[in-house]
Amino acid sequence: MKAPPFAYRRAENLTAACALLDAHGGNARILAGGQSLIPTLNLRLSQPELLIDISQIADLRGIRVGANEVVIGALTRHVDIERSADLARLCPTLVEAARHIAHPAIRNRGTIGGSIALADPAAEWPAAALAFNMTFTAASSKGERTLSATGFFKGLYETALEPGEVLKSIHVPLPAAGGKAAFGELTRRSGDYAIAGAFVNANLSGGRLSGVRIAFFGVATQPVLAVGAMQALEGTGGDAAALSAARARLEADLDPIADLYNSRATKLHLSGVLLGRLVAKLFA
Amino acid sequence: MDHLITVNLKVNGTDVTKSVEPRTHLVDFLRNELSLTGSHAGCEHGVCGACTVLVDGEIVRGCLTLACQLEGAHVQTVEGLTESGAIADLQTAFHQRNSLQCGYCTPGMLVCASALMDEHPQASREEIREYLSGNYCRCTGYEAIVDAIESTMKNRAAGKALAGEDA
Repeated sequence: MKAPPFAYRRAENLTAACALLDAHGGNARILAGGQSLIPTLNLRLSQPELLIDISQIADLRGIRVGANEVVIGALTRHVDIERSADLARLCPTLVEAARHIAHPAIRNRGTIGGSIALADPAAEWPAAALAFNMTFTAASSKGERTLSATGFFKGLYETALEPGEVLKSIHVPLPAAGGKAAFGELTRRSGDYAIAGAFVNANLSGGRLSGVRIAFFGVATQPVLAVGAMQALEGTGGDAAALSAARARLEADLDPIADLYNSRATKLHLSGVLLGRLVAKLFA
Repeated sequence: MDHLITVNLKVNGTDVTKSVEPRTHLVDFLRNELSLTGSHAGCEHGVCGACTVLVDGEIVRGCLTLACQLEGAHVQTVEGLTESGAIADLQTAFHQRNSLQCGYCTPGMLVCASALMDEHPQASREEIREYLSGNYCRCTGYEAIVDAIESTMKNRAAGKALAGEDA
């Protein structure tokens, strides 16, 4: 279908974007890469009066390595992450995950900031943000504030961003010396939304896991930290008994929702299968 | 609330200035404003890939890109790639191997395959399939499409090797 009519303004900088958001309130939407927003317009699932295009704001794009973190500008595209030599060296799991986002033509325009701000429960980046303890910088006409990924995702397409705020950058803590991470997702066809997907992030020292963080996507109305499974694996060697205990906690952790093709039981089972594969990857 | 936006861009090497409704998708802009009907509108929500075109050398979905966003951009369509001869060998291979039946997906397939051959000139069959996974064909079953792309890549590599020997 064709999108309904809307007005369009190109913001030259973040200040201008925030001013436009203030002026138009809830009737305006931020347009970044548009790879999720434009389909919802085409399907007439949303009808904003104004799109504020931030895609030309150059200083919102790019990957910078700091002393303790990698800073990813909100407008950094999935393809930029896929091709980043810095991320390949420091956070290869993110590079691996980027390759699983839709298809090349979508990854050439879609942005990490758009994905996180939209908070699609089936998207990779919101779950990655939880697993890697990322923080976000949000800007508004009142200034900037830092938000933790934990607590940011409030529900279906719902985040802790306040009206008038624009997501500016994503901050990924550099992994510790024994840092290990793994990513996986199960799909029917390449590029489809995942039936179940997850990131596992932990420290591995002397064969024992610590600081375990596990985030699932595609199973519930928002990305989910599997807190019970994290506790079950903490301090263990990821052996069969620990894994079995972790899997037993997934039902309460995830509370999966059936989709058109997969029942709740299937999603739960597949989440457990995935968890086993990812824990094995940590020790590989 | 709906006002026209003036956009200056290049399409297949030619400068274009047009006033567009903000909601106009790139594929509809190409088809309706510029009569470049090679790019096809299929699903119109980013799934099928029939509207694939190049923006600044990279493939994008014509149905998920607004024309008004393309200030200063260079758009290349299957018409541009055809006229320049850039994909003549690929088109011949599609023809020879019967890589199309109804032809609806073909322009998107050609543009996508062209980008793949530029980015990964030695892609394996598996990599070709992965790259094309966002382009649906409901007729051929893909095998002949992958054949055509693979053989064109091999021919180009062999041609380059010969050219290198000559030099």
